[in-house]
Amino acid sequence: MSTIIEAPRTPRVRSSKGRINWEKWGWLYMRLSGVLLLILIFGHLFVNLVLGQGIKEIDFAFVAGKYATPFWQWWDVIMLWLAMIHGSNGMRTIVNDYAGNRTVRRVLLGGIAVAAVVLIVLGTLVVFTFDPCSTLIPADQALAFCPVP
Amino acid sequence: MTDQASSTLTTARSSSKRPAGTLYRGNTGMWSWVLHRITGVSIYFFLLVHVLDTAMIRVSPQAYDAVMSTYKNPIMGLGETALVIAIMFHAFNGIRIILIDFWSKGAKYQRVMFWIVIALWVIGTAGFAPIHLHNVFTEGQ
Repeated sequence: MSTIIEAPRTPRVRSSKGRINWEKWGWLYMRLSGVLLLILIFGHLFVNLVLGQGIKEIDFAFVAGKYATPFWQWWDVIMLWLAMIHGSNGMRTIVNDYAGNRTVRRVLLGGIAVAAVVLIVLGTLVVFTFDPCSTLIPADQALAFCPVP
Repeated sequence: MTDQASSTLTTARSSSKRPAGTLYRGNTGMWSWVLHRITGVSIYFFLLVHVLDTAMIRVSPQAYDAVMSTYKNPIMGLGETALVIAIMFHAFNGIRIILIDFWSKGAKYQRVMFWIVIALWVIGTAGFAPIHLHNVFTEGQ
């Protein structure tokens, strides 16, 4: 395969008129999601690791308390979608840079795509189907705000 | 590329056998790119694990508390500190990349912005690491 590297600042030849330029939108996505992720992840780290006793306080009750509110459910789900797609697109770029063999590249890109879809679906279902007052939770570990059965 | 064009990209000529320096190679531009890739890949693999460990919340309180107890181990605590340090570099350098792309003077100030990124990174690490390491190393006390 031979690739012609154009001189810098050569005007782009529009050969694909009418088609969506996925690389351009991917490039833009990395920047837009990056800014949002900076706010979401720094907020996540501050609330979970810096406030109070940090990691010491993180247990089932801590997370159940957060997921009892739509605010933290949506915070985490938006963070999940933005981060998984941002990370997967970054890994795609790296695989395209270093995987010379066509088969190896296809397998790696397929693996990245499968991991992204599975984890986004799993994470979204976990957050929105989670019941902090589930009857499966032993009575002695039930959260204070849950109705007593 | 013609000889003339290639010489304009070369900043130093030497008789040593090492490749000649360029505007990019070996400078802040290259090293910020290297660090951005290394931190990005590290954060990606942690993200895969982190979605799975948080999913334990849907299995049972015991399953979630068991996986969380591994994160409270001091060795894991050092790893978490490194992870947050990696996230801070990736975040600050990401803003630098955005400014290079969208700000009319971004390319001109890319080098000074690199050092601002390093300064913010050091300040952020100095703020976060003592808090987290204290919490991890006093776990159970």
